[in-house]
Amino acid sequence: MRGFYNRAKERVKGYWHTLSTPSKYFSLGFLTVGGFIAGIIFWGAFNTALEVTNTETFCVSCHEMRDNVFAELKSTIHYTNRSGVRATCPDCHVPHEWTDKIARKMQASKEVWGKIFGTINTREKFLEKRLELALHEWERLKANDSLECRNCHNFQFMDFTQQSKRAADHHERFLTSKEKTCIDCHKGIAHQLPDMSKTVAAQ
Amino acid sequence: MRCQSRSRVIRSAFVLLAACIVVIGAGVVADAEDEYPLATLRSAPISKHVVPPKMPKVVNSDIRQARNYPEQPPLIPHTIRGYQVDLNFNKCLSCHARTATEDSQAPMVSVTHFMDRDGQVRASVSPRRYFCTQCHVVQNEVKPLTENTFIDVDRVISDVMKKGN
Repeated sequence: MRGFYNRAKERVKGYWHTLSTPSKYFSLGFLTVGGFIAGIIFWGAFNTALEVTNTETFCVSCHEMRDNVFAELKSTIHYTNRSGVRATCPDCHVPHEWTDKIARKMQASKEVWGKIFGTINTREKFLEKRLELALHEWERLKANDSLECRNCHNFQFMDFTQQSKRAADHHERFLTSKEKTCIDCHKGIAHQLPDMSKTVAAQ
Repeated sequence: MRCQSRSRVIRSAFVLLAACIVVIGAGVVADAEDEYPLATLRSAPISKHVVPPKMPKVVNSDIRQARNYPEQPPLIPHTIRGYQVDLNFNKCLSCHARTATEDSQAPMVSVTHFMDRDGQVRASVSPRRYFCTQCHVVQNEVKPLTENTFIDVDRVISDVMKKGN
């Protein structure tokens, strides 16, 4: 045990020595320019990989998403409509700003865990867990004032006179006054709702 | 020789019978078309490909329609596309429930919906009255397919009064 500890210590010391002494063979110019280029490559690769995980194709490559939430989305107005403008998974579930996006992606790493251990790998397991998952998403949208909705549905440009009377009245009363945010009323517009009678108890 | 003639007779009888069936059948179909123009909404035989009529728009005026008779379930004056009404959730009740009407200003589901089959008023909508679209429907912006000769009760009474005078 003591031998192992000493050996590890020696090795770390060796690495530190290499890192802390000036380069013997490479010029300062090579190291600077090389480091710069390597940095660009790393950053580019990182962002590309990040963007790949931010597509619908990536999301529905897992059957958990494809057979449950994506299947439900297909009949809704956010998937098919008269003008053909549609929302994909990350449009609603991932913030568009970089810092927020990274924060969300770090949270989402738990979903990789879920995938590996099959937390929702059957329809039954998914339905069992659906309320909890939905509550997380509602909580998130409530906290950021329905940011992902507003990325497309901008209040500044919303013409109440073009809306039905009922919609205009409600938006005037609750949205203009900031009393409520989108998700307060528009739950379940893109996916089916879990047993809502349990929401009060779960919150 | 005899045998052959018999088979010929049988064959011709079959032909005659078949012809009769065709003629009578055609007559029945023609009659049905004359008498009931709406016997089918499909204007061509099933073997033919027809362009279906355009899907009409749903009336979304938010203006309540008068009922034609007191027991008529009120019509829905707005679209209900994608409204979830199942074991988990009833989208209609998110506005029309007793507790939701203050925010929504929508009419509350009538108290009859709270009654069970013994007439006992319950705390919430009775399961047998839960599926709204069994009775309440939206309206489409279309011309009626056939003339409607329905007269409401007020009209009946006033007609009788007029006749009496």
